[in-house]
Amino acid sequence: MNGWTDLVQFLFAGITAGAIYALVALGFGVVHNTMGIVNFTQVDFVSLGGMLLYSALSAGGLPAPAAVAAAVAGVTLIGALVEILGVRPSRSESHLVLIFLTIGLSIILRGLMKLIWGKNRLAVPPLAGESVWTLGGATILTQTVWIVVLTALAIVALRWFFRHTDLGLAMRAVATNETAAAVVGLKVWRVKAASFALAGALGGLAGALITPITTLAYDVGVLLGLKGFAAAILGGFGSFPGAIVGGLILGLLESLAAGYLSSAYKDVLAFVVLMGVLFVRPRGLMG
Amino acid sequence: MRPDPATRLRWFILRHRTGLTVWLVAVLLALVPLAVRNPYQLGLLNLIGIYAVAVLGLNLFIGYAGQISLGHAGFFGLGAYGSALLTVHGWLTPWPALLLTAALVAVLALFLGLPTLRLHGHYLAMATLGFNYIVHLVLVQWDAVTGGPSGISGIPPLGVAGFTFDTELRFFYLVWGGVLLGVTACLNLMRSGVGRGLAALAQDEVAAATLGVHVRREKVRVFVLSAVFAAVAGSLYAHYYHYVNPDGFSIFKSLDLVIMVVVGGLGSVWGTLLGVMVVTLLPYYLEFLEAYFDLIHGLVLVLILMFLPQGLVTGLWDHLRLTWARRRVAGRGEAS
Repeated sequence: MNGWTDLVQFLFAGITAGAIYALVALGFGVVHNTMGIVNFTQVDFVSLGGMLLYSALSAGGLPAPAAVAAAVAGVTLIGALVEILGVRPSRSESHLVLIFLTIGLSIILRGLMKLIWGKNRLAVPPLAGESVWTLGGATILTQTVWIVVLTALAIVALRWFFRHTDLGLAMRAVATNETAAAVVGLKVWRVKAASFALAGALGGLAGALITPITTLAYDVGVLLGLKGFAAAILGGFGSFPGAIVGGLILGLLESLAAGYLSSAYKDVLAFVVLMGVLFVRPRGLMG
Repeated sequence: MRPDPATRLRWFILRHRTGLTVWLVAVLLALVPLAVRNPYQLGLLNLIGIYAVAVLGLNLFIGYAGQISLGHAGFFGLGAYGSALLTVHGWLTPWPALLLTAALVAVLALFLGLPTLRLHGHYLAMATLGFNYIVHLVLVQWDAVTGGPSGISGIPPLGVAGFTFDTELRFFYLVWGGVLLGVTACLNLMRSGVGRGLAALAQDEVAAATLGVHVRREKVRVFVLSAVFAAVAGSLYAHYYHYVNPDGFSIFKSLDLVIMVVVGGLGSVWGTLLGVMVVTLLPYYLEFLEAYFDLIHGLVLVLILMFLPQGLVTGLWDHLRLTWARRRVAGRGEAS
């Protein structure tokens, strides 16, 4: 290996991680915009995506693309359930209570996952097996190409959803002014459940895509999810372009720092960036 | 005419009820070892005492001043590792180590709090969580100093003039003495001007500022104070177990501390003791439910927040007081 192939390798790793962070950051943003809260269960949607993929492949015996679709659909449903059963009954306006509430729900989801799938690490095969591409001398897992393509597709679909569907427009209306949206007859409760469902879909997709090339356990989403949050803050919390830009910058920074500086402290970087942004410019790059 | 002695006694009790409660609890605590002789159970009480010191501070910050911290296990860990490092290498004896560690953590909390406490709600939650994550990862990774995942052992016990707090019973008196000091400090603080200011800014920062509360300064001060409580608890932990490793200081421990605050009740000093006790003892008494433990923790937190958002003890207490007040009003209505 020479310096050039190293760099290509690091860049690809960075873009892959960045795509995942962007998906998670978008999930945080969707819920924040419609409900004004940070949804800590987002981190568990990521773990759930991986877990459901595992079950769909091993117990369900589905082919890989169908398994991914099933996993995403499952987490979408769970997202809506979390809102309907967990967040809605509290009817609280206090930030303190709502933040602690989603933390409690997140602990419950982790407890359930631990019960169902156990504490041990599981293995999920990548979508296209172990095949690799070579590019400029660097070898790249086919899975990383899938991650980038599917993330890009998800972002395009999200953009279309928010501009051209009734539900998407209703979500933007509620995000702008909840009372006004209710006055013109939009069912705000349905929009809120939908925003959790959408956050579940984004988190579930992130989990189903990344766990085959990293590792899968009931708490794997905590770190990925918190890094996704850091990406969202970096880009500007609640901003969709910001989530994508923040995710990519964070992914690249992380992979380059791990490659050229120190891999032991790789996981610290996201949190140093998070705190740096909060200290200097809390509204982020594009907020 | 002087009122009769019975009335004067009633006035005395009413006027000094807070102080008398502290004394009463102190006497009861002093008698506990007569009933609990089993070292294992005393050990549990000691653990509760250690966490109580940390959670008292955290409850001031969360419950009383209305801020959010998901990073206090970080301060707790820094306290434990600070005391451990300073004493294991023989640089300092335990008490000066405890004081120096607390002072260092205070300075760190000041530098962390100044920029962080401009933030609100989830930003503050995430900044403190990020801090805790960094502390934990450094404790795990900085092998040369912290001993990595296996930690530091051989930490000497605390002592005074040749008398060491090295048995469960001796440490019991030390740690619960510390808890009572902390309780008294919190009760006094709450009834001072500073405490009233904190309660005001928890309700509405703008209104508090108009009434002359220096919002930002007070928030930073209570943050530093709560960090010092956590650091002292950490030092006690290190000297009690003679061993520290990074496991007990992760972000999940911070969540546990928050659960203790919520169970105890936001802003309730006495409730804190109960909250810590319930959350600490639950795993020991429901051992057969071990597999469901995370689930139970989460459910406790969610259910309390749904039905008694002020926390279990505070919520129930408010509910009781309201019922009594209603009854009194109803009774007066009938009499007239």
